[in-house]
Amino acid sequence: MILHTLIDYDVLRVIWWGLLGVLLIGFALTDGFDLGVGALLPFVAKTDAERRVAINTVGPVWEGNQVWFILGGGAIFAAWPPLYAVSFSGFYLAMFVILAALIVRPVAFKFRSKRDDVRWRTGWDWALFASGAIPALLFGVAVGNVIQGVPFHFTDDLHTIYEGAWYAKFIGLLDPFSLLAGVVSLSMLVMHGGAWLTLKAEGHVRDRARALGSIAALVAIAGYALAGVWMAVGMEGYRIAGEYLTDGPSNPLHFEVERTASWLSAYAVRPWIAIAPVMGFLGCLLTFKGLRAGREVSTLLYSKMAILGVISSVGLTMFPFIMPSSSDPQSSLTVWNSSSSHLTLFIMLVSTVIFMPLILMYTAWVYKVLWGKVTEADVTDNHSVY
Amino acid sequence: MEFGIVELSRLQFALTAMYHFLFVPLTLGLSVIIAIMETVYVMTNRPVWRQMTKFWGTLFGINFALGVATGITMEFQFGMNWSYFSHYVGDIFGAPLALEGLMAFFLEATFVGLFFFGWDKLSKVGHLTVTWLVAIGSNFSALWILIANGWMQNPVGAEFNPMTMRMEMTDFYAVLFNDVAQAKFVHTVSAGYVTAAVFVLGVSAWYLLRDRHIELARRSITVAAAFGLASAFSVVLLGDESGYSATHSQKMKLAAMEGMWETEPAPASFTVFGFPDQAARETHYAIHVPYVMGLIGTRSLTAEIPGIAQLVEQAETRIESGLVAYDALMHIREQRDNSDPAETARFEAHSADLGFAFLLRKYVDDPREASPEQIAQAAEDTVPRVWPLFWAFRIMVALGFGFIATMIYFFYLASFKGMRFPRPALHLAVWMIPTPWIAAEMGWFVAEFGRQPWTVDGVLPTAMSVSALSMTEVALTLAGFIAFYTVLFIIEMGLMLKYIRKGPFQDVEETDAWVIRHHERLSGRSNADAIAMPAE
Repeated sequence: MILHTLIDYDVLRVIWWGLLGVLLIGFALTDGFDLGVGALLPFVAKTDAERRVAINTVGPVWEGNQVWFILGGGAIFAAWPPLYAVSFSGFYLAMFVILAALIVRPVAFKFRSKRDDVRWRTGWDWALFASGAIPALLFGVAVGNVIQGVPFHFTDDLHTIYEGAWYAKFIGLLDPFSLLAGVVSLSMLVMHGGAWLTLKAEGHVRDRARALGSIAALVAIAGYALAGVWMAVGMEGYRIAGEYLTDGPSNPLHFEVERTASWLSAYAVRPWIAIAPVMGFLGCLLTFKGLRAGREVSTLLYSKMAILGVISSVGLTMFPFIMPSSSDPQSSLTVWNSSSSHLTLFIMLVSTVIFMPLILMYTAWVYKVLWGKVTEADVTDNHSVY
Repeated sequence: MEFGIVELSRLQFALTAMYHFLFVPLTLGLSVIIAIMETVYVMTNRPVWRQMTKFWGTLFGINFALGVATGITMEFQFGMNWSYFSHYVGDIFGAPLALEGLMAFFLEATFVGLFFFGWDKLSKVGHLTVTWLVAIGSNFSALWILIANGWMQNPVGAEFNPMTMRMEMTDFYAVLFNDVAQAKFVHTVSAGYVTAAVFVLGVSAWYLLRDRHIELARRSITVAAAFGLASAFSVVLLGDESGYSATHSQKMKLAAMEGMWETEPAPASFTVFGFPDQAARETHYAIHVPYVMGLIGTRSLTAEIPGIAQLVEQAETRIESGLVAYDALMHIREQRDNSDPAETARFEAHSADLGFAFLLRKYVDDPREASPEQIAQAAEDTVPRVWPLFWAFRIMVALGFGFIATMIYFFYLASFKGMRFPRPALHLAVWMIPTPWIAAEMGWFVAEFGRQPWTVDGVLPTAMSVSALSMTEVALTLAGFIAFYTVLFIIEMGLMLKYIRKGPFQDVEETDAWVIRHHERLSGRSNADAIAMPAE
């Protein structure tokens, strides 16, 4: 097949770096409010009917939303195999915790309202809380670790070796900066869940969601600002040294990498990327105001803008790095050395170009069918809901 | 056998994969059965068919939740526990997984919510469309997963790139239309259909035995028997097709399944029964049926099927050839480009056997330093353990024929005997409920255990595929999975049984009223209703 050479290898790599961002952001925008609603559940809804309302605002859509995550995993595997291999095995126990949460969540949704027993339902409510809050926190922690660099290296035949004993590997993830990143991620998704509940619920649930969501928005702004300052003054960055090929074979060992004073020097080289953090701050601020004022659709859109800004600011600041290595910088994964082959990237791109618009279309249709508030009458009259 | 990180990781993968496959077959089959039932509802407008759709839909939903949840484990696990595998073949193997998400899983998961929540929000045809999209999505998922798995069995359309130290795709078309993958897809999906058919049949029979929900149960049996009959034939035929393609691609697996120690003169006989003895390379108390194996495996009277002893000799030759490729690879890698045409040519001539050199990694760090004894031992390692394969395969096949017989019988009763089911037959149907799961698990076992010692047949040994993890980490997650999965299984079974005991609980009044009218109409007492509700 010669067709794939129509698009240069390095262009495909940049496109797939962008698509990786699209998938992660797609996940945060859709499943993000499911996680946020889960984390808010015990606090915004006190009675069983209220809890069922909160759950059923996401009930029909969380399954489709979660596919963004599954597709994200699949796309990392297909387009960035070394990243998939290093991150999933390196964050081993943290991944297991996320996995456990993601297994509990579907089960909790489906099973919670299938018995009338109060203890059964309360138990599953806390399961929904944990399976919303913990992944939301850990995703941020993972990003915090990636920003600082992760202790791994490659052997000559590209086996990944992750430094440290097993407990150190796990506990080591929870350093102060990564925890801060986790707080940003959690508060941002709680804010997003709050905006969603404001749109979809009524009465007490809506009021409490507005109050808690606006607090979360403030925490997100503070945390995000603090992380920015930290990166400016307290953390080294990375850069590729010497000459290198952007369309060469995907082998990290062919590259030289050195440390720089700060990641934020990227803003001197590419000033336009400042638009991302601006969107992040502005989005949080407008969401805060929208929640206070009780506006619905616009608030959810601002919340989405905030997420878009915050996540893309991380990617744009680090570019071309995807996962730097702190213990052996030469092993760092970058856009130029950790992708799939030219052919695979091309095939995956063609498939994405065909299917992604279809997915967006039918997802939009489903949301349209489900448009409108979920009321207590809805959940008590209908046997089909959770 | 020493028990290390490889064995522990394998155990974890086997447990989680087989656990996942407790839920998948029912999802595959039940989604289609539900869609068929709803189609009948939309065509006839009879409320009982809607009730059937909703009732089986509830059971589908309970099962679906765990299928999705445990499927995520599978996707994570390649990266978590098999990171070298992920690096080494991700360029090919990752693509079908991502395409599964893109083409199938999004469809299935987006619409499954509307299936449950959309009854009042959609038109009849609109809802029916949603149900079919869920069924199509589920089945497409299976297609992509089996393209991925089929590639592990028969790695076509890819070659090794010395610059990146991994396999890279050369021909996507070959990966897609891999004959092993296609046969496996139809075989697996049919197995799912049989599973759902036996499940629906068994649960309905249980209702008939208790004189409950007669209308729902009889109609469900009719659907299950017709659907199950077609699927049972399909599963056996495509199983045969898989066997036929294994004759080309996985000779060792085939020989091990058959306990064929030595090459027999064509056409080879089929061993129905026996006790394979790996050490003695002999099957004790074997009962042979002449010609059958040759006919199944080669579809000819003259072609030979190689036995285990001959395949071990071939493996030894391929290890020697692989060592040449390995040596050339080391030279190429030192130069970091393909600048030496002599080395490149030497590598390419032997690169198909590179994986065989990796088998020596179990014994020496640098395969080139292996002793002749170690090479002989590595060749011997290419033989999987025979007796579990031999027996698992026979149990699966026997059950397969059992399904055909059962489905023919129930189809006959439903079609020609006015649905008068004898009580022993109903009891049999109830007791048969677990059997398709046993057959399906045996099938996976044969496919995966039979591929050992490889993760990707002839390309990457299992022992090399694992992540550099500590035993503690893998043991912790394994214990976590076991505890967690056991609890989920108990909850799931409890809910399934609860909802089966409860029976249909939706649209009850409407359906009951219709049933009364329907019976009156059948006995000719009331004509008024037929005019009032012409759609019935």
